[in-house]
Amino acid sequence: MSAQTLYDKLFDAHVVRMEDDGTALLYIDRHLVHEVTSPQAFEGLRIAGRKPWRTDTALAVPDHNVPTSHRDQGIIDPVARTQVETLDANCREFGITEFAMDDIRQGIVHVIGPEQGATLPGMTLVCGDSHTATHGAFGTLAFGIGTSEVEHVLATQCLLQKKMKNMRVNIEGVLGAGVTAKDIVLAVIGKIGTAGGTGYAMEFAGSAIRKLSMEGRMTICNMAIEAGARVGLVAVDDTTIEFVKGRPYAPEGHLWDQAVSAWKQLVSDEDAVFDTEITIDAASIKPQVTWGTSPEMVVAVDDRVPDPAVEVDQVKSSGMQKALDYMGLSASMPVNEISIDKVFIGSCTNSRLEDLQQAAEVIKGRKVAANVKQALVVPGSGLIKQRAEELGLDKIFIAAGFEWRDPGCSMCLAMNADRLEPGERCASTSNRNFEGRQGQGGRTHLVSPAMAAAAAIAGHFVDVRNF
Amino acid sequence: MEKFTRLTGIVAPLDRPNVDTDAIIPKQYLKSIKRSGFGPNAFDDWRYLDAGEPGIDNSTRRVNKDFILNQSPYDQSSILLARENFGCGSSREHAVWALTDFGFRVVIAPSFADIFFNNSFKNGLLPIALDAAVVDDLFKAVDGKKGYQLTVDLDQQKIITEDNNEIAFEVDEFRKYCLLNGLDDIGLTLQHADDIRTYEQRMKQVTPWLF
Repeated sequence: MSAQTLYDKLFDAHVVRMEDDGTALLYIDRHLVHEVTSPQAFEGLRIAGRKPWRTDTALAVPDHNVPTSHRDQGIIDPVARTQVETLDANCREFGITEFAMDDIRQGIVHVIGPEQGATLPGMTLVCGDSHTATHGAFGTLAFGIGTSEVEHVLATQCLLQKKMKNMRVNIEGVLGAGVTAKDIVLAVIGKIGTAGGTGYAMEFAGSAIRKLSMEGRMTICNMAIEAGARVGLVAVDDTTIEFVKGRPYAPEGHLWDQAVSAWKQLVSDEDAVFDTEITIDAASIKPQVTWGTSPEMVVAVDDRVPDPAVEVDQVKSSGMQKALDYMGLSASMPVNEISIDKVFIGSCTNSRLEDLQQAAEVIKGRKVAANVKQALVVPGSGLIKQRAEELGLDKIFIAAGFEWRDPGCSMCLAMNADRLEPGERCASTSNRNFEGRQGQGGRTHLVSPAMAAAAAIAGHFVDVRNF
Repeated sequence: MEKFTRLTGIVAPLDRPNVDTDAIIPKQYLKSIKRSGFGPNAFDDWRYLDAGEPGIDNSTRRVNKDFILNQSPYDQSSILLARENFGCGSSREHAVWALTDFGFRVVIAPSFADIFFNNSFKNGLLPIALDAAVVDDLFKAVDGKKGYQLTVDLDQQKIITEDNNEIAFEVDEFRKYCLLNGLDDIGLTLQHADDIRTYEQRMKQVTPWLF
């Protein structure tokens, strides 16, 4: 057999049948479900009189709408409450396991899957959420789907898919101090653009990726979609296997041994050919800050906001000007002169224990700047929150002036009460800086947890390497 | 799903790249548990000058008259003309539901984000990717005549302009078949239920920890 990429191996192992035009019926091993993109799918099943094909592969959790404070009072917003209650009712009716809002295991869907060992190497995993690419960090073929496809997976355990093209992004060498996985992925998006990965499965490789923890790899795969790629991947190695071992949903005993020997094959063959391949020197990556309304609008913290007047492409130049107008920034201003109103540390990109530790490291013994109206820390799951409290991180954040909240998507997309007011500017560890993403008229700058923490203390963006 | 065969309609130009699904339907409307009713809130942040919330009467809101879809005859358009990477960002199918509920059946752009592209076909919305230069020409034609119309023929895979020029477009065979016939692909997949069971039996031996 000819040499295969990791993506080829994962795809081929899940083909149930193949049509002449290359459309595959692909088997799905794990289906993660949340409250926002599932109600219409369950309703579709009911209307058609269909039952889920396999309920044991599904795991549900409410995360987008849940409040991050005063949870004992329930959800105040009646529309949001109805949606979460609808998820509870659908899981009861169809026999699907759910970590409900009062469960310590509740959290952001892309955080709890890996935390529980529900995300395993070699699986196909889908969820009605574009950040499903996160799970690719485990050598898992994971991608986001729409609600019609959620219904299709529930009813058939399969999806109709065409094979994507293969891209490999090599990050070689050693990262500088203070530079994190978030900076790597923002730098990649800045280089290839938000559509640079469209149509591709994007494998992240190279010595700098191999050195990253699973948390860091998840951060990178999480944002593959911001480069247009539905699938992000990292090959399986000892770091992967160590992370999975002993988790509640992971196999045990002889099944564990059998699984591990299969998982060790989950790497791209040495002579596998990629349709596109890029290499970035890790040492050249500096802490990144987005300045515009698309994740590709990103520069290093010691750089300046770009000038649309020097962009020759007319469509691009007018897009840049629109972004500057929306963001209330002027061309060529230094990034470290941009002052902020709010700070958000959380989201499926950066709400894991390592992220909170990196932020706490910067904050320890310091105070949030007077011009910062609100600084939030929203852990990715109840278990992360509990562990962070055991380590005393909550006390560091609270002493500095941060609010220590309950787990959920929170201000990443502002479906709950956590949001920006019009014109407010936020240093955010989330994944999207689109217009209105964190609240209508809100202005988002994407950064790493360490950079968000430093900005909170300084009141403006600042290079965490000199902080 | 509603069939799509041939359509003639007014083209609305939306001249910006990277239109994301957050812009097409803002997050507050995703709290709905229905598939319908998103049309009045399509492009909500651009279409209205005040903040919108689910359940409020949109007819009482301050309308942004500068926004193309608030202008006649573009409020009646069924074809949306856009720039590169249309539909990027969140997987929310609500974005497609908002466009179809508004009245769109076709989106023409140089490129689309993958998930949006997939979601469109499941809901009778035809996304057509054309060369950036061809899209540019269409923008010029639309700018040159108020209420400019195009005809889209899916079976023939061509767009016919007002001056009878024909522009061919690509569409996946299977998706075309489903769209022309308005087919629900869950039903089609379930015709292969035996293949799925055979696959499961085989994989129980290969990867028993997944069963």
